[in-house]
Amino acid sequence: MRHDTDPVLEVEHLTMRFGGLVAVDDLSFRCGRGDITALIGPNGAGKTTVFNCITGFYRPTEGMMSLHGQNGTHLLERLPGHSIIWRAKVARTFQNIRLFSGMTVLENLLVAQHNALMIASGFSLFGILGLSRYTRAERAAIERAVFWLERTGLVDRADDPAGDLPYGAQRRLEIARAMCTEPVLLCLDEPAAGLNPRESLELNDLLLGIRQEQGTSLVLIEHDMSVVMEISDHVVVLDYGIKIADGTPAEIQSDPRVIAAYLGVEDEEVAQVEAEVGAL
Amino acid sequence: MSATHPTSLAPTADAALATDRAAIRTKPAGIATAVRDALLAALIMFGLSIPILLLRTEQGETGSLVLRQRWPLVAVCCAIVFAVRLALRLYGIRALPSRKAVRREVVTTSADPAAQSGFRFATIATPLFLGVAVAFPVLIILGKGGLSESRYWIDLGVLMLTYVMLGWGLNIVVGLAGLLDLGYVAFYAVGAYSYALLATTFGLSFWICLPMAGLLAAFWGILLGFPVLRLRGDYLAIVTLAFGEIIRLVLINWVDLTGGGAGISSIPRVTFFGIPFSQDEDGFAARFGLEFDGMHRIIFLYYLILVLALVTNLVTMRLRRLPIGRAWEALREDEIACKSLGINTTNTKLTAFATGAMFGGFAGSFFAVRQGFISPESFNFLESATILAIVVLGGMGSQIGVALAAIAMVGGPEMLRNLGFLKSIFGEGFDPNEYRLLLFGLAMVAMMVWRPRGLISVREPSVALRERKSIAGSFVGEGHG
Repeated sequence: MRHDTDPVLEVEHLTMRFGGLVAVDDLSFRCGRGDITALIGPNGAGKTTVFNCITGFYRPTEGMMSLHGQNGTHLLERLPGHSIIWRAKVARTFQNIRLFSGMTVLENLLVAQHNALMIASGFSLFGILGLSRYTRAERAAIERAVFWLERTGLVDRADDPAGDLPYGAQRRLEIARAMCTEPVLLCLDEPAAGLNPRESLELNDLLLGIRQEQGTSLVLIEHDMSVVMEISDHVVVLDYGIKIADGTPAEIQSDPRVIAAYLGVEDEEVAQVEAEVGAL
Repeated sequence: MSATHPTSLAPTADAALATDRAAIRTKPAGIATAVRDALLAALIMFGLSIPILLLRTEQGETGSLVLRQRWPLVAVCCAIVFAVRLALRLYGIRALPSRKAVRREVVTTSADPAAQSGFRFATIATPLFLGVAVAFPVLIILGKGGLSESRYWIDLGVLMLTYVMLGWGLNIVVGLAGLLDLGYVAFYAVGAYSYALLATTFGLSFWICLPMAGLLAAFWGILLGFPVLRLRGDYLAIVTLAFGEIIRLVLINWVDLTGGGAGISSIPRVTFFGIPFSQDEDGFAARFGLEFDGMHRIIFLYYLILVLALVTNLVTMRLRRLPIGRAWEALREDEIACKSLGINTTNTKLTAFATGAMFGGFAGSFFAVRQGFISPESFNFLESATILAIVVLGGMGSQIGVALAAIAMVGGPEMLRNLGFLKSIFGEGFDPNEYRLLLFGLAMVAMMVWRPRGLISVREPSVALRERKSIAGSFVGEGHG
């Protein structure tokens, strides 16, 4: 398995406590390079908390998260939030879409390339003077943005405000914006939420395409099992902040603990399952 | 399932609701109910008028206070309330809700045409305003037929442009970066005192002090920025307000340095790049073969502030198209998304604070060189509030809107001074000056009802792939502090 031999992300003994609440408890898992890893679990299982730890929005209480990128290994828990994307190249999308709704679609994608453009503009000094170095960099940035707009089918709406797009297009735009940062690892928080079946299928194609063409590894939180089972190579199941299963989609589908976590069990089996998962 | 953006759905529902309400209200109200309702209103008016209108304290013959009762006034007021309420109940009320329904519908459907008209307006208005601003002194001198006669108008122009510049400076912080700053006047004060102190202590010329004042103000902007960066919204507003007050109180109390409440006087006047505006032989008039006139300096000041304001505008427009400007606007739209894209929000906020403060500092040193005298009195909270009102009134982030608002906010009250003809309507004792702030408040309320997002609420995108379309104000975020 790729996640054992060539992991892009290793999460070891990750624990996140909020006061007395243990949201994530001693969680360890690996994401293979070029894999699509799905993080699933019932509501409140701690999936988004794991994402927030990986992407630097939370500082974990305990644990280590190492990212093996092209330019060496980064310990994510030690990087300040804004350098996680810039140095370690981990991008993310949000469960509730967070676009810059008053800016155009194109501007959204340019903001995503902020750090590279900032350097090209000499931290605004060259830019203010209107030197050609910055103009060239901006043109390249627009080209990259147009590439992703074409890839996500949004190029016709490039000059419209992002808040004016329909819901499905906003989801795609958020993915395009994250991809404009050229990530090694892309974390998608419920990318299929609110999409209709056809849009879900298109999303599958887009994600598979991103993996294939860009070599980006993906981690996704998803409740839509048609997406999870269809595209993921590796599934990690969380319940109450604890990993209860880890394996291929087929293994997960038949895992009794996963079924118990999602559907519950017959009354007479409760004691047996509790003993298995070590809940007592 | 049709994917619809929530904001486009909600107002339609509201409109439908309003129409329902209108339908309910337009049911013919019986005369009896109307009279009962009007009587109730009159009764409330009566109750309220007893403490407010009825009793009036006056000096009696012995010099002591006596209470005079004014029953006729109360009767007249109650009668007016009764009549108006009755009329509203019988005829007027039908118009109100139905108008509401129509207006909401317009807002939801015609966001684009409104945006387009605003955009066209901006493209025509910019060169027009620039032309008028450049030609203003010439036009005034020709119109008034003399240099000294036009002094009032050119002074007013200088004042307006100062506020235009301050508005543009604050627009970077409030309009672009979405950080509510209630203490902007602090940087204005820093700029003014920097020039005054450097010029009176070290004898440095204005042209050296101007950039130094800007840098010092930017420095103070960063100093203020550091502790307040974690704060958002109301908390940020309170801290910036406090900062403004701290600066003012330091200026009052550090008497050794600032002269305290007495201020700093005899600040060196502006020179024409080294040539003083004096009657001497090497003065401006003599050098250029003109007859000496004090107005030369005023006109020079006018063009000086015009250039300073235009520089502010140019730099802001440029910055908006650069990554830093886009990051400011992105910060206003969604700070968390900014973090997820690797934008260092701390530094981005600091640059916004510092850039805004720098222009405030430039304006401040201009203020000092123009007045020749400064004291802490000039930098009170009312100034901050006026500048903020200019930005909000103009439409946050809109350069031309802010300029228009500055002209309206500064010029409007001045215009009221000249409303002498109202005396013929309201009698000799009527002084429009006394009602200035009242009228002004009314105008502001009306503005906020009809154009709640400012004079120009549309946002112009900083870059376009094919066609540059303005963005309706309803999409644009207002910032969270």
